[in-house]
Amino acid sequence: MSKNEKVVIIKYNAGNIRSVSFALERLGITPVITDDHELIRNADKVIFPGVGAAGSAMAYLKERGLDTLITSLKQPFLGICLGMQLMCKYSEENDTKCLGIFDLNVRLFNKDWRYGNSYLKVPHMGWNTIDHLKSPLFKNVPENSYCYFVHSFFAELNTDTSIAQTSYGVEYASALHKDNFYGVQFHPEKSAEAGAIILKNFLDL
Amino acid sequence: MTVDLTFNTKPTLTKRIIPCLDIKDGRTVKGVNFVNIRDAGDPIELAVQYAKDGADELVFLDITATNEGRKTFAALVLDIARHINIPFTVGGGISSLEDAAVLLDAGADKVSVNSSAVRRPKLVDELAKEFGSQFVVVAIDSKLTDDGFVVHTHGGKKPTDFNTVEWAKEIYSRGAGEILLTSMNTDGAKTGFDIAVTKAVVDAVKIPVIASGGAGTKQHFKEVFEQAGADAGLAASIFHFGEIPVPELKQYLHAQEIPIRL
Repeated sequence: MSKNEKVVIIKYNAGNIRSVSFALERLGITPVITDDHELIRNADKVIFPGVGAAGSAMAYLKERGLDTLITSLKQPFLGICLGMQLMCKYSEENDTKCLGIFDLNVRLFNKDWRYGNSYLKVPHMGWNTIDHLKSPLFKNVPENSYCYFVHSFFAELNTDTSIAQTSYGVEYASALHKDNFYGVQFHPEKSAEAGAIILKNFLDL
Repeated sequence: MTVDLTFNTKPTLTKRIIPCLDIKDGRTVKGVNFVNIRDAGDPIELAVQYAKDGADELVFLDITATNEGRKTFAALVLDIARHINIPFTVGGGISSLEDAAVLLDAGADKVSVNSSAVRRPKLVDELAKEFGSQFVVVAIDSKLTDDGFVVHTHGGKKPTDFNTVEWAKEIYSRGAGEILLTSMNTDGAKTGFDIAVTKAVVDAVKIPVIASGGAGTKQHFKEVFEQAGADAGLAASIFHFGEIPVPELKQYLHAQEIPIRL
């Protein structure tokens, strides 16, 4: 990771951008927050965060041509939370056709599923483990490390693209990888030391 | 290739330990007694230390009464977000979407509303619709009276018409993502969390409940998790004065087989 690396955070109508930006600053990187196609295309690394709803986020991306721009990118690209879900094929949230980078569906946690002695609380909110880690993204991150999650929808497990999985009533994919595209369901920017290592690993790709 | 859903009922989501900091004019109010802290009134230094100690989340409550102080608080929230790498909730004086938007933009993960929601319950719907349920914590101050558990405002001085459990159900249906439940009967007494009211609220809603008020020992946390089913335990002075260091509490709970992040 070079201090001169150009890291862009894609600016769109889904919050949480400030926290991601601060997490990068703690690693010595000052990111550019932008929706400018040229700046995004020329970045060394692109981060696609997001807290919000799939339907309105996809509509916003399409309006600005960011959907086709994102799928055409070749540099390391990291989607976080909703960002990762939007990289999938389809989301049950607002019945939304998404970017289709990962060939899988995003589904709603079912409140009738059992979890320990009670029913699932949705959103899945708090610290949970990640395991079955298989990617340079998780270098120096031990199996069953705790990360911070806040989400109501989850990506199905997929043998081709899952690089981490988490259990909350159901086993699901908590991180995905295909070519230059990475996605994490948890919030590395809020996941204490483990999260900082994962972000640094992404910057080192 | 997509894998068929594999159901797993073993709990791995941890119980959370949450120190709460009261802020006035940008400074922490309650005294702190930390060996590692140089300036006990500096919320940032305290927050960073808690994050290092393994606190799962922090809550900052602005008890400033003036508009000028409120601006200081928004600036402080920005500074907190810059420095800590765990989630945090901010509360105090939030009564509109605009108030919440300022704090979200400053980097807060959640906002907590209390008496403003009692005055105008629709605020909860509006916040949830605008920012998502995960952003909306409703704080409830509850006191056991002759009428049962009654929601109070003004630091527990003023009773409302709401029964605590009914109010919890209402804000849940309006889209609250979490409940911060303080029992005014146990708050400050260090005799243990209020198991009865916590369990009643936990059983009534399908969102996480943070228990607050009464923690004096490590066992009290174990009790509120096991007996009341609380998702998180919040305390202030026992952490600030180092009576129960966060790492020691978490080691204890882990040894007691409570799911805890170490």
